[in-house]
Amino acid sequence: MDTKQAAVSLRNITKTFGSVVANSKVNLDIRKGEILALLGENGSGKTTLMNMLSGIYFPDEGQIFINGKETVIKSPKDAYALGIGMVHQHFKLVDVLSAAENIVLGMKGKLNMKETCAKINDICQRYGFEVDPNQKIYNMSVSQKQTVEIVKVLFRGADILILDEPTAVLTPQETQKLFDVLRNMRDDGKAIVIITHKMHEVESLSDRVAVLRHGEYVGDMLTQETTAQEMTNMMVGHSVTLNIERPNPVNPKPRIQVSNLTVKDEEGITKLDDVSFTANSGEILGIAGISGCGQKELLEAIAGLQPAEGGTIYYINDDSSKEELLGKDPLKIQEMGVTLSFVPEDRLGMGLVGNMDLTDNMMLRSFRHGHNVFTDRKAPKELAKRVVKNLEVSTPGISTPVRRLSGGNVQKVLVGREIASAPTVLLTAYAVRGLDINSSYTIYDLINQQKKNGVAVIFVGEDLDVLLEISDKILVLCGGKVSGIVDGRTTDKNTVGMLMTKVGGKA
Amino acid sequence: MNEKVKEPLFHISKRDNIPPVKAWGIRVIAIILALIVCAIVTTVLTGDNPLSVYATIIKGAFGSQRKAWVTFQNTAILLIISLALTPAFKMKFWNIGGEGQILAGGLATAACMICLGDKVPNGLLIVIMIASSLLAGAVWGLIPAVFKAKWNTNETLATLMMNYIAIRLVAYYTVIWEVPKGSGKIGVINQSTNAGWLPNIGNKYLLPIIVAAIVTIGMVIYLNYSRHGYEIAVVGESERTAKYVGMKVNKVIIRTMLLSGALCGLAGLLLVGGVNHTVTTTITNNQGFTAVMVSWLAKFNPVTMIFTSLLIIFLDRGAGEISTAFGLNHSFSDIITGIILFFIIGCEFFISYKINFRKKSAKEEVSND
Repeated sequence: MDTKQAAVSLRNITKTFGSVVANSKVNLDIRKGEILALLGENGSGKTTLMNMLSGIYFPDEGQIFINGKETVIKSPKDAYALGIGMVHQHFKLVDVLSAAENIVLGMKGKLNMKETCAKINDICQRYGFEVDPNQKIYNMSVSQKQTVEIVKVLFRGADILILDEPTAVLTPQETQKLFDVLRNMRDDGKAIVIITHKMHEVESLSDRVAVLRHGEYVGDMLTQETTAQEMTNMMVGHSVTLNIERPNPVNPKPRIQVSNLTVKDEEGITKLDDVSFTANSGEILGIAGISGCGQKELLEAIAGLQPAEGGTIYYINDDSSKEELLGKDPLKIQEMGVTLSFVPEDRLGMGLVGNMDLTDNMMLRSFRHGHNVFTDRKAPKELAKRVVKNLEVSTPGISTPVRRLSGGNVQKVLVGREIASAPTVLLTAYAVRGLDINSSYTIYDLINQQKKNGVAVIFVGEDLDVLLEISDKILVLCGGKVSGIVDGRTTDKNTVGMLMTKVGGKA
Repeated sequence: MNEKVKEPLFHISKRDNIPPVKAWGIRVIAIILALIVCAIVTTVLTGDNPLSVYATIIKGAFGSQRKAWVTFQNTAILLIISLALTPAFKMKFWNIGGEGQILAGGLATAACMICLGDKVPNGLLIVIMIASSLLAGAVWGLIPAVFKAKWNTNETLATLMMNYIAIRLVAYYTVIWEVPKGSGKIGVINQSTNAGWLPNIGNKYLLPIIVAAIVTIGMVIYLNYSRHGYEIAVVGESERTAKYVGMKVNKVIIRTMLLSGALCGLAGLLLVGGVNHTVTTTITNNQGFTAVMVSWLAKFNPVTMIFTSLLIIFLDRGAGEISTAFGLNHSFSDIITGIILFFIIGCEFFISYKINFRKKSAKEEVSND
């Protein structure tokens, strides 16, 4: 099986950040004509390892061989010269420039736009991309931007492609398209590395799997000869169960009633169009939709952060009395006695303050308690300790700035704080985005726990498999409209996928 | 061909955490290096003995009891201004309008002294002076804050422009109140009656020092232990987080700038009512800008600010002394001050980042290939 030639060989690569060991003596081969899936939990050092290959970091120890020759990669420029290209999770494109301009940006030599466009079209045809070289980036969808990033890398002659969680922002259909392109590139003899958390993607796309755990290389195997369960066990280091439970709702009652909600953004573009639904207590209402279809606006409108053009959002008390939430800010909603918790998509930019420690972040929700002009740090400190202990947050201590924690731990801190106030409504946006399997299941368990406590949960998700497993009902948004509300237990992926792309779902 | 694989000579990585002892070690080394460089520059440019130049700097700042008191008094005033700017900076509101806010406070003080001197009892006059100087500074801070909160204007430009308005206002009133007529300056106000002169406590230098001590303690408590301080920190780090937990961001901005401006006004009161007993357009001596550096150097920590403001004043007074003692051009002392500050600010890089040199063993391995 080892007949394919190694394009890249990493030998004994070690990288430390202060006292944190990100990679320890990692050996890894990347072969030509093969798609390698690099697996590992958050903080296991996948991205760090690939960043060393693309010249962003410099290894403390170890050697890198490219096509059998020892090489030193000092900068991204060196990496390009060696034919290594990386597509990052966060795109590095200039919005006001066109696709072609972004692709040639920073390259030496005379600029010939005509030739450039011809070359871009050539690459697109060869692998099946769809890019208009003259389209401006700000007019593009996320998946188009990603395509530009990939073409940019190919344009510079990369034979070794690294993609860091490329599907996190794509719809199922876009993902399929991307995979087709990647397969074409593999057949063309390119070496491809894909970092991902989604097991079914690993199974359908990759030829070989390599696993990292706590910065160390655990092993590799052929995808055909392994299972999701085995790969997960290798990543985590012990066996885990891969089932999300879905307890039956107990005594569901209407809790949030949204009627005819219409929201426009600052530029006057309609983000939500006549949205109506009811979320019950003790139920999980999943929200599906292509990203940017109004999910963010919907949650923020309920949380009192988004002004609306029209409609109503009622909070229904246990005694069926209704209270309007729309037009009130989070402080007023809190003062009304409604405990509404919100786990926003942007964890460090909105839900938490990255530079503050755990205690001060816990205090965000409680600093107004009492009538003292001074802040009380005792209760938040206790809460921080409790969250760290109960949710198994791995942190050096509660006085560590949260930005130093890994993604999964950041989310545990945020969710831990939000459920600590014993909410009656819990809004979550992409609660497991970027989280590894272990952390994801911790979060699912916490959400299910809230459901059992009678909380009305609104769960905005992107992974359809998960939405179908966890939700009691699924509301599908399409371009800001309610495309359909389906029963999570009886529907299937295809139906929801159709509803996501077209209102009503009929092709 | 023997292909050479070269590791770069050094690469830079971010330090995770540095023990305070090591950080201070780096700072001490930086100061020693700065002194060595200054010594070389001094010898080459002037031929004077650098050691005697250094001795003169110290003598200039602390050479006599009076000199030492002046150094501490100036430090106290600079410290108050730095502390005044700090809450705004922590909120990421770039208040570079300290000059204007001080002048507004100073002008209000002078107005009270001139217009109300001998008309109301001295005690009452001083109370009115305090109130009006705080108010004037606060208003000067409030205007850019309201513009920022209501229309999201750029506070850096707005506060800067407010400086010029204040300077012109002082110039205008200098003409109205000039004594004697035609002199182009106000001169010492109420020289005969001393009405509105802030009282001496112990000696004439101590009052600003006591006020600075109180403001420092107050600011430590306000920033670290009060709800307002917490709100300032959250708004500064992330406005979206602040809104998410229901803080009124605009209210926090306006409130903080009222405080920032009022404290600058207090510095104006001390300068006019306590130190100079007059007002001129240059009374602030650019301290509204110097304080920006003091506050940043101290990383917005009020206690560290005591030392950074002392350092700046020490260098300033020492540099003044060498230009007179050695008969040197005043620019030369600026060069010395510049070199020392460059090293002190530059060494922060080595505290945040580590430079990893190429390892010897790696070199040998390569040459063996």
